[in-house]
Amino acid sequence: MRQRLPVVLVLPALAGLAFLLVPLIGLLVEAPWTTLPSQLVSAEVGEALKLSLVCASLATVVCLVLGVPLAWLLARGDLPGTGVVRALVTVPLVLPPVVGGVALLLVLGRRGLVGQHLDAWFGVSLPFTTAGVVVAEAFVAMPFLVISVEGALRAADRRYEEAAATLGASRWLTFRRVTLPGVLPGVVAGTVLCWARALGEFGATITFAGNFPGTTTTMPLAVYLALETDPDAAIVLSVVLLLVSVAVLAGLRDRWIRA
Amino acid sequence: MTLHAELRVRRGGFDLGVDLGVERGEVVALLGPNGAGKTTALRALAGLTPGGRVTCDGSAWDGLPAERRPVGVVFQDYLLFAHMSVLDNVAFGPRARGTRKAEANARALDHLRQVGLEDFAKAKPRTLSGGQAQRVALARALATSPELLLLDEPLAALDASTRLRVRSELARHLRTYEGHTLLVTHDPLDAMVLADRIVILEGGRAVQEGAPREVVRQPRTDYVAHLVGLNFYRGTAHSTEVRLDDGGTLTVAEPADGPVHVVFPPSAVSLYQEKPAGSPRNTWPVTVSGIEQHAHTTRVDLDGSPAVLADVTTATVAELRLQPGDELWASLKATEIHTYPR
Repeated sequence: MRQRLPVVLVLPALAGLAFLLVPLIGLLVEAPWTTLPSQLVSAEVGEALKLSLVCASLATVVCLVLGVPLAWLLARGDLPGTGVVRALVTVPLVLPPVVGGVALLLVLGRRGLVGQHLDAWFGVSLPFTTAGVVVAEAFVAMPFLVISVEGALRAADRRYEEAAATLGASRWLTFRRVTLPGVLPGVVAGTVLCWARALGEFGATITFAGNFPGTTTTMPLAVYLALETDPDAAIVLSVVLLLVSVAVLAGLRDRWIRA
Repeated sequence: MTLHAELRVRRGGFDLGVDLGVERGEVVALLGPNGAGKTTALRALAGLTPGGRVTCDGSAWDGLPAERRPVGVVFQDYLLFAHMSVLDNVAFGPRARGTRKAEANARALDHLRQVGLEDFAKAKPRTLSGGQAQRVALARALATSPELLLLDEPLAALDASTRLRVRSELARHLRTYEGHTLLVTHDPLDAMVLADRIVILEGGRAVQEGAPREVVRQPRTDYVAHLVGLNFYRGTAHSTEVRLDDGGTLTVAEPADGPVHVVFPPSAVSLYQEKPAGSPRNTWPVTVSGIEQHAHTTRVDLDGSPAVLADVTTATVAELRLQPGDELWASLKATEIHTYPR
C-alpha cells in the first residue's frame, strides 16, 4: 500500500517546480508567434544564432581535447596534490563569469602576461574577436566537463584497465580502447552540460570579447541588447535559445544519458 | 626451464613473503583462506603490484610493468571488455603486442575454436553464460602465448552445476598448455583436480607444499586438515602412545618417537551412550556441542579431551537421540590413526 505523501514536503516541492517552469511558460506565452517566423529569418537573429552555435561547439571541442585528459590525470594520475588541483579546477565553476572575463583580459589581453607575447611573436590578439568568444566560453564551461568525466572515471572499475595491461596494452592504448568506451556515457553527459553552459555564457564573453555584431555578439548578448531596443526581438531570441537547449538535452538524454 | 619467484609485498599491516617455483608444463595451485595473500601474490607475479623478483628461463622480470611481462591472466570475474565482441576481446592481446589486425583476428579465432566458441566470435560478452565467459577469458589470456598463465579463482563465479563441467574442461586445457601455470583458489577441489602441486598459503606465508595426494593425507595445519575433512592434532609420540599438545592421549598402531602430527577421519570415530567395556581401543568421554547434517552422514562436533569430529549414520542419530549437551563416549581404533613427523 502506498503511504500518503507528507504535505510539508509536497507543497514546497510543487512551489519549486512552479518557480522553475512558470518563467519558461511565460516566455512561450508572451512570444509574438505571428511575427516570429519573420524575426527568425532576420539577419541579426540568424547571425547571432549561427555565431552562438559555432562558438559553443568550438569551445566544447576545446574542452574535450583539454578536459578529458585533465580529468584522466585527476582520476588516474596518482600524483601528489591532486586534491588541490581538483579544487582549483572547480574554481571557474563558482567564479562569477565577469571575474573570469576580467582575468582572461589581464592574461590574454594585448598587454597581458601571455597576450603581449602572443601579439609580439605571432601577431595574435584574442580579445574582442570570435576566437576570444570561444576562449571565454571554454574557460567557463570546461569545469563542467572535467568534473563529469572525472566522476565517471573514478566510478569505473579500474580492474578492466589492469586486465588490458596484462594483455600488453600501453596506458594510451588502454585509455583509448578500454577506459574511454567504458566512461562514454559520462563523457557525453559532460559534453552536453559543457555545450549548454557555453551556449548560455554571457559575463565572461562580454567582458573579454566585447559585443560586436557578427563577430562576438552571441545569442545571450543579443538578447540583452534587444531588451532595451526591441523587447519582442528579445523574446524571440530567448525562445530560440530555450528551444535549442531543450532539444539538445532531450535528444541526447534519450540516446545516451539514461543508460 | 623453471619460473622462480620470490614475492615480497608489504602493504599496511599485511606482509607477503613466499617463494614459488613452477616447472614448464606444471600447474601449481596456491590454496589458502581469504586474506592469505593469494591474490596479492598473483598480482605481484603479473606486475600489477610491485614487490619481489621473478625469473623465467633465466630472464629477470624485475621492474617490468604488467604490459611488458609475458603473462596471461584469467581474472576472477573474467573482466571481459563489454563494448567489444568476443573476437575483439581475444584479439586485443595480440593487437596490443603489435600483431597486424588480420593475423590477430585469425589467431583469436583459432583460440576460440580451441575452447569451442568460434560460433560466438561476433557476440557481445554479456550474452554469454558464465561458463562461456570463463572460456573466452581463458582464450584471451592464452592468445598472447604467455610464458606464465595466472588464474584467479577461475571457477568461483560459476554456479555449482556448471562448475563441475567447466572444471574438467579447464583441466583439459591446462594439460595442453605448455607454459607455467599458477592457479589461485580457496576451493580445495579446484586445487586437487587442476594442479600437479599445491602450495598452501596462510597469513602471507607458504605453510605446506606437495602433490595433492600428499597434502590430503598429511595436512600440516588446522586449515588444511579442515579443508580435507580430517581430525588433526599435534602431539609427542612415545612408541605407540601419543600425548596431544591440547590434552588427551591416543594409542596408535605405528610406533613413533618425538613430535608428530596425528590425523584420522571423522568416520573412524564411534559414539556410545555407555562406556564400551573391555577393549584396547581409545575411549574417552565427550559432550555434544554441535550437529550438522551432511549429504549421507551426520557430523557431530564433540568437546572432550581431545575434542573431536565424528561422522555417524542417520540411524545412529535416531538411536542415540543426539542433542547438544548430551554426554557420550567416543571410541577409535588404533589402526585408523595416522601419524607422521612434524
